[in-house]
Amino acid sequence: MSSDSEDNFMEEDSDYEFDSDGSDMDYEEPNDLAFAEVSDKKPKKAYEVDFSVQSLQDIKAAQANAISHVAGILGLSQDKAAQLLRSFKWNKERLVERYMDSSEDVLKEACIVLDDTKTTSYVGKPRPGFTCSICFDDTPSKVVGLRCSHLFCFDCYRHYLTQKIVEEGECRRILCPESGCSIIVDQPTVQKIVEPKILERFRQLLDRAYVEDLDNLRWCPAPNCENAVDCRLPHSTFDTVVPTVQCACGNKFCFGCGLGDHQPAPCQLVKLWQKKCADDSETANWISAHTKECGKCQSTIEKNGGCNHMTCRKCKYEFCWVCMGPWSEHGTSWYNCNRYEEVSSTDARDAQAKSRASLERYLHYYNRFANHEQSAKLDRDLYNKTEKKMEEMQRTSDLSWIEVQFLKKAVDVLTSCRMTLRWTYAFAFYLVKDNMTELFEDNQRDLEVAVEALSELLEKPIEREKIAELRQQVLDKTVYVDSRREVLLEDTAKGLGEDRWEFSFKRT
Amino acid sequence: MSTPTRRRLMRDFKRLQSDPPGGISGAPCSDNIMLWNAVIFGPADTPFEDGTFKLALQFDETYPNKPPTVKFVSRMFHPNVYANGELCLDILQNRWSPTYDVAAILTSIQSLLHDPNPNSPANAEAANLYRENRKEYQRRVREIVEASWEC
Repeated sequence: MSSDSEDNFMEEDSDYEFDSDGSDMDYEEPNDLAFAEVSDKKPKKAYEVDFSVQSLQDIKAAQANAISHVAGILGLSQDKAAQLLRSFKWNKERLVERYMDSSEDVLKEACIVLDDTKTTSYVGKPRPGFTCSICFDDTPSKVVGLRCSHLFCFDCYRHYLTQKIVEEGECRRILCPESGCSIIVDQPTVQKIVEPKILERFRQLLDRAYVEDLDNLRWCPAPNCENAVDCRLPHSTFDTVVPTVQCACGNKFCFGCGLGDHQPAPCQLVKLWQKKCADDSETANWISAHTKECGKCQSTIEKNGGCNHMTCRKCKYEFCWVCMGPWSEHGTSWYNCNRYEEVSSTDARDAQAKSRASLERYLHYYNRFANHEQSAKLDRDLYNKTEKKMEEMQRTSDLSWIEVQFLKKAVDVLTSCRMTLRWTYAFAFYLVKDNMTELFEDNQRDLEVAVEALSELLEKPIEREKIAELRQQVLDKTVYVDSRREVLLEDTAKGLGEDRWEFSFKRT
Repeated sequence: MSTPTRRRLMRDFKRLQSDPPGGISGAPCSDNIMLWNAVIFGPADTPFEDGTFKLALQFDETYPNKPPTVKFVSRMFHPNVYANGELCLDILQNRWSPTYDVAAILTSIQSLLHDPNPNSPANAEAANLYRENRKEYQRRVREIVEASWEC
């Protein structure tokens, strides 16, 4: 996607105006600015969560801030403060408290030696008689050692660090190479030894570790995006709240699990649904619903036509498909089974019907889920088509570039509504049917009807004389569809919050 | 194959020949210095006494920054040895240090025979017997000790 303007659009109310629709990143209309202010002040919707986007610079700055803060309080060097913070997962309060209690224990746990006589690691000429215990070379030109005085030749140290950083992705706890020594190789030492490229990687790993250490941060999963999203909601609330966030790059994703936006379904339901769709338990269901077993050799048989007189291909057993009894007992009632009412055959058929019903229920929801997924994919083609359409419109009518943007927006809304609709089917699959589910299904249906109508409208060929009319229709529909989506999300967010529904799985 | 690895392995071999720790021996294959065969003699005063257990050590160019893959070739019955002969030993995994050499690896394995760690079992049956029925454990170990003489 090329533009960020959609978010403004998404938040717009239904009293949507003609002039303000054509907003784009590069196009700064006074109207637009005014609108942004208004939407900022708008009360938060029930399905929205508070979050902020952090760029890589922000993340680096936040680390630097925390480090100098702690270094100031505890009177330590920056690099030691950083090491301590990393071992405390950046929990400043706990670190300071523990440090005040017993600084020795804290330093020991973080593998830091406070020795003022040797403030830095040693990089220099070896003493006579030195042998590197990694390569057993006794004539290295340069040796390296930490405060623990375990010296190794420069090349071995560089190999060792490179291996740890590049292959193992280690950054927080690279220990002195000596066996049993638990002194951490600090950042200044790494800096002195490894090549610039490896150092760059090392710093990346540190930033990555920072974001992973903090519960309120998560990297944006979009490829090549270097932002992280900061969301202060406790993770325990994610069973009732769907924390959808949007990165500055435009990517919308779930803060709880990192998958793409899956509103209104909570993360746990999404996981269950994906697992259900992925494993082949449904294949087994299909088999049990569509086939029967030979009464003699238990081969699985699918009847794909013909009469009820079955002959097992494998064991040549002859039986009746309807009552499953041996054909010989049918006597003269050929092709007309009158043994149907017998108890044994009724039981067998009941079991089969049950399994078929459960399969059909799953397929009902799955097909709709998959259909919206597929349609959303097709909408991407629609995007390209729309661009052409927009050009065409500019040529054939007196509409300006900005005035044809409504088509693009309509496609954006359509796509996001399909995503929502898609997950409503997974959601509905796990709902236990009661009076409360009806409201949900109504909302679902309304959204679906609206989405299909908009979709149809967008597929229509453009007739020159009807452009103005089409534009109005699309605009109206777009607003309507978006408001339907809002209603549905608002309602499910509230419903989840007040525990309105019963689910067929155990919620944690 | 990087030269530092090869040089280091040659030095490991020299050290193993000139100053061999008791009860172990090892040498690279004649045509491949990255593959070693080793023998550990069962330590005295353990059920493994008198056993001659063969091992294979596979090195790659990351050695000594990374540990080699070590496997028992002889049949083994020990709480920390998997059915396929692979070992569960901390210094061969996360506690590896590049200062370890072949002699150090083999001595560690030798002492593992002496002191199994039934808390992280690779062979659940051996671990259970070691904890609950020492006599049966010893009997099962004696079986593989005798088997080790045959091939």
